[in-house]
Order: sequence, then structure tokens, then C-alpha cells
Amino acid sequence: MSDRPSPLLQLTLSRFREFVREPEALFWVFAFPLLLAIALGLAFRDKAPDRIPIGVVSGAGADSATAALARSPVLLVRTMSHDEAREALRTGRISLLVEPAAPAPATPPAAAAPAAGAAGTPRSWIFHFDQTRPDSRIARLEAEDALQRAAGRTDAVTIRSALVTERGSRYIDFLIPGLLGLNLMGTGIWSLAFGITTARQRQLLKRLVATPMRRSHYLLAQVLGRLIFLLPEIVILVGVGWLVFGVAVRGSLWLLLLTSLVGAMTFCGMGLLIASRARTIEGASGLANLVMLPMWLLSGVFFSSERFPDRVQPLIRALPLTALNDALRGVITEGRSPSAVAAQLAIVAAWGLASFLVALRIFRWR
Amino acid sequence: MTESLLEASPQTLPAPAAPEVAVRCRGLVKRYGDVVAVDGLDLEVQRGECFGLLGPNGAGKTTTLEILEGLTVPDAGEVEVLGSAWGKGSNALRQRLGLALQETQLSAKLTVIETLRLFRSFYHRGREPEETMRRLALDEKRNAPVGKLSGGQKQRLAVACALVGDPELLFLDEPTTGLDPQSRLQLWEQVSDFRGAGGTVALTTHYMEEAERLCDRVAIVDHGRVIALGTPAELIASLHAADVVEFASEPELPREALLRLDSVREVRRRGANWSLAVGSLIAGVPALLAAVERSGARLAHLSTHRATLEDVFVALTGRALREE
Repeated sequence: MSDRPSPLLQLTLSRFREFVREPEALFWVFAFPLLLAIALGLAFRDKAPDRIPIGVVSGAGADSATAALARSPVLLVRTMSHDEAREALRTGRISLLVEPAAPAPATPPAAAAPAAGAAGTPRSWIFHFDQTRPDSRIARLEAEDALQRAAGRTDAVTIRSALVTERGSRYIDFLIPGLLGLNLMGTGIWSLAFGITTARQRQLLKRLVATPMRRSHYLLAQVLGRLIFLLPEIVILVGVGWLVFGVAVRGSLWLLLLTSLVGAMTFCGMGLLIASRARTIEGASGLANLVMLPMWLLSGVFFSSERFPDRVQPLIRALPLTALNDALRGVITEGRSPSAVAAQLAIVAAWGLASFLVALRIFRWR
Repeated sequence: MTESLLEASPQTLPAPAAPEVAVRCRGLVKRYGDVVAVDGLDLEVQRGECFGLLGPNGAGKTTTLEILEGLTVPDAGEVEVLGSAWGKGSNALRQRLGLALQETQLSAKLTVIETLRLFRSFYHRGREPEETMRRLALDEKRNAPVGKLSGGQKQRLAVACALVGDPELLFLDEPTTGLDPQSRLQLWEQVSDFRGAGGTVALTTHYMEEAERLCDRVAIVDHGRVIALGTPAELIASLHAADVVEFASEPELPREALLRLDSVREVRRRGANWSLAVGSLIAGVPALLAAVERSGARLAHLSTHRATLEDVFVALTGRALREE
């Protein structure tokens, strides 16, 4: 047997073993992001756009109007009673309600027929819809177009559509880098925060400190133990994105690795910061959620962070996960050069550096 | 010096080296808020001896031990361990120590041998992990995860981790609390072996049998102070009563009558019984039986045992060591 095994190696191996022997941890690191990618990728896969459901109030002229509206490729038309239609609109089951404008308030529906136009279609309609809903606005335009054409309007100019389905512009292309960023954050923070807090709660930290172990070795081993999983994480997520959904990495693979490494290190630092004082797992997980939840929402994982108001944009841009996701998208979808993602990487690294420095200052060894 | 030489070796053997001090502390004080855990405690542990801190829970034993181990900084007092004080560069000192804390839970997912290899890696020189494992009868559990071990096996592993760095000085905090009798015996054997090979041990316990069986010297600790110090035999001898008689009668005899009996040194209440510390059973028991008969009472219970450290503690504090 060699004279003395390396303590750093032993500590790193221990961390690695603790991790792989925890099936839940493996699930969250490897299976969960994949399941998310596959579920969301399927839910938002390329297909003909859904038809927008609209309703026509039954009565005089409803049949011919329904026939006219059904000719639109965008609309899904149903005839319903007045009350039923109001209810459907209110609950969002239809996006638009088409109602014939009553020519005379007291006229019963049967008697109204003679008052209608030659084709049995009323000459005026009321559209009920919520104008804050984009699909309602589309439905309004489509329905108006269909009814006008049916009533004999002719086009003044001819317009043809040329459809675009370029790779890199699909939802899955947006999603994969975001999920990678999310995973780098989650794995780094949970791994460090849980590993160290568990050891502290079980009095293991105190026991280790009572040996001649170098404290720097312990902390370094926690980081190394996490980084072992970095490569498999990237390969699995990006690999499945590529094989199943055809999401290609347009930039350099080395830059992707570097970006991921910087991100992983930064979130290790934040995990260490969370673990630096937490006495219980509950305390650490509360802190971890407090740190991560805003970034789940704000940092452009599932939808673009551009959607938030301009006023909060500087704040969102400054979050480490936003910067990391921007950099990852830059490399994966846009194929950017190192200098083009340097600013984002600097933001990410600054968070990491600050976290490590504060964590090491306030770290409690017992 | 000359005196002790004469005492120790009447023949012309080579003079033994002056006993070296392994641990020395003076005036230790540790407060937690308003609670004074350690209240001006002094003690010295000689090299090669097994020294026990005996006392009830909450007496300050663990705090004292953790101060000696360099894990807790005292509010006042001096500590010297193997000739050095705790502070900068204490890693060199840690290379020479082994310890088992009271509440450590080693990593549940690691196996026994992995845990020992990890601890071994921290020490410049040490014992072979496989051999240490065998000596603590853990070889059957070599590849079992720590989380699946029984309480006794976990405690033996904790001691194995303390021994794997081949220490000169071993600190054990309540090493056998909660163990079954067999595991306790196994651990006692290991501690005796370690001491037999020249090691020094400082341990805490609230089991008097443990202190009597393992320790060369015992400090009885209560409320953060040492209230008695000596070999177990010396401490028991300080009672001036080799045996304890417990009895109950119907009706009861008055305390004054019992104190007047031949050979009775002390009389205490112990539940429904009277507990008499007697210098000699041969004198004390007949005197007691005669007194019972004289008073026309009927004996309801009678038992005797050799005086133990427990009796010393009761005599010193009026309380039992373990509140059941």
C-alpha cells in the first residue's frame, strides 16, 4: 500500500460516492432536466398552429355564418345558444363570440328571418371578445375577413404567404440552453448546500475539523465532487437535444464547456455561501429556494426575460442565471465567439467570486 | 524525587523517568449565556494512564473534553496538550491525537472501509485501515454502508476512526453510552489494548462500572468542577465503608438508631429503603438485624453490595449519578 493516500482525493471520492449513492440526487441532476426537455419539446413541437375556438349564437343566419367562418383555416367554429355562448366566452373556452345584431329588439328569432339579407345572413354582427387576449384579436380579424368575403367583398391586392420554420427559432432551441443553465444552478447549489449542511448537522464537520485535515481540502473536494458531474450533465442534455430535437450547437464546444464551467463554479460558490452558516437542512433548503426561485422565473429559462417590464430589466440582466443563459444561448443557438459572450461570463464569474469570498469569511466549521 | 524513587523501586532498577504530563489544564471556565458549563476546572492526565471524567449528564464533562480537544475555546483558563497549547499550527498536534465525539454521525452512504481510508488519509503516519477494521471486529461489515450499521458497530467505527491515525493520546466522549453489554466489553478491550501499548486515554462517562474497570484515575465532576480525584480504589476508600447495606423494615427504624449501630458510617434514604455505608459487613449486618429484632419490627428487604464510585458520588452530592 502506498505510504499515504491523498486526502484531497479521498475527500473528493467520498463526496462523489455520497452523491451517486443518492438516487434522488441523480434523478434531479440527470433525469429531471431530460424529462422537462422532452415534455416541453413535445408540447411545443412544430405543427400546424392550433385553430382558435369561436362561437356563433344560434338563430337566424347562424348556419350560413358558421359555414362562412369555417372556411377560415384559423378558426374552429361552434354554434351555441346565447347563454351557453356567453358562458363559454367568459370561461375562455372560446376566444370570440359572433352574434347577429338584432334589427329590432322585440322581434322573435323566427320572425327575424325575412329581415335578413338575400342569403339569409344578417347584414350586421356584434363581436364579443377580450382585446387583451392575442388569440381573440387574431380571431376577430379572421372572422371579420371571412364574413366580409362571404358577403361578397373582394380583395384589392393579392398576398401570398411564404412560411418559415428555421432551426434555432423553435421553442426547443430556446429551451435546451435554458435548461442547461437551470441545471448548472440547481446542481451546484443543492450539491454544496446540502452536502456541507448535512455534514454540519450530523456533527461530521466538527469531527473532521478535529483531525489534521486541511480545511481547504474539504471545501475544494466539495467543489470537485460536483464538477465531476459537469461533463455528463452537458453531454446528456445537449446530446438528447441534438438527437431527439435536432438542436445543434452552433458555437465552439470548447466555449460551451468553458461557459458551463464558469456557471457551475459560480453556483458552487453560491451553494457554499448558503451552507456557510446554515445549521439544518431545512434552513439551507429555505435559503436555496429563496436564491433560486426568482431566477427560475426571471432568468429566461422557460420564456424570454425580455417579457418583463423595461424598468426591471437591468436587475434581471444582473442575475447570474440570466447572464449564464444568455451566454449559453449565444454559444448554442447563435454560435457566438468568445468575445461576444465575455460580458455575460464576467457577470457570472463576478457572482461566483463574491460568493466564494464571503462564504470563506463567514464559514462556520461546527 | 528521591522519595518517589525509593517508593517506586526499592531494588536497584534503573530510575523511571519522571511521569510526563499528557494533558494539563488550569482554571477552565466556559459559559453558554447564563449557564456556566465549566466552572474553574483543573486537571492533569499523565502519559500512559487512562483518565476518566465521571459525572452526571450536564456536569460539564463534554465541554471540558472539547476544550482539551481544541474544538471549543474556553472563556478562561490554560490548556496544554502533549506539551503544546491550542492555536496556530495546531495541525501538528492533531496528528498525534485520536478522538471520538459523542454525537458524530459519519457519512451514512460511505462504507466502513471507505470511511476508515478517508480518516487514514488525514494522518502522516497511521495504522492500516484493514487491520484497524479487523481489530474492532468490523471486517464482516467491511462493505456495509455506515447508515446500515447497528449502534454498537457505529460506535466501534467511531473508535476505529480515532485509532487509524495511530495516536499517542485518545479522547473518548461517552464511548459506550447506549451500547449493549457485549459491544461495551469489546470497546473496553480496545481501550485497554491501546493503553497497554503505551497510549494515553482521557474519557468521559456516566457509568461507574466503566470508570472502575477502565480508568487508572478518575475525576468526579459536578456542576463544572472536579469534586474528587483519585484512583477508583482511593475514591471508594474515602467512604471509609467497604460495603453498602440496603434494607427496609415494617415499621421503619429511625435514622438516629441506625447511625448508632456498630460499623455504620453513613445513613441515606434511597427510595423506600435505608442505605447504610458500613465499614464491615461482618460487624454491620448482625448489628442491624439485632436492632430490627429489638424494636419488634419485621424486615421487608435486605441487600448488600460492595461500595462503588456511584456511592462515592452519592456521598459527595447527595444525588444519584444517573437519574433513572
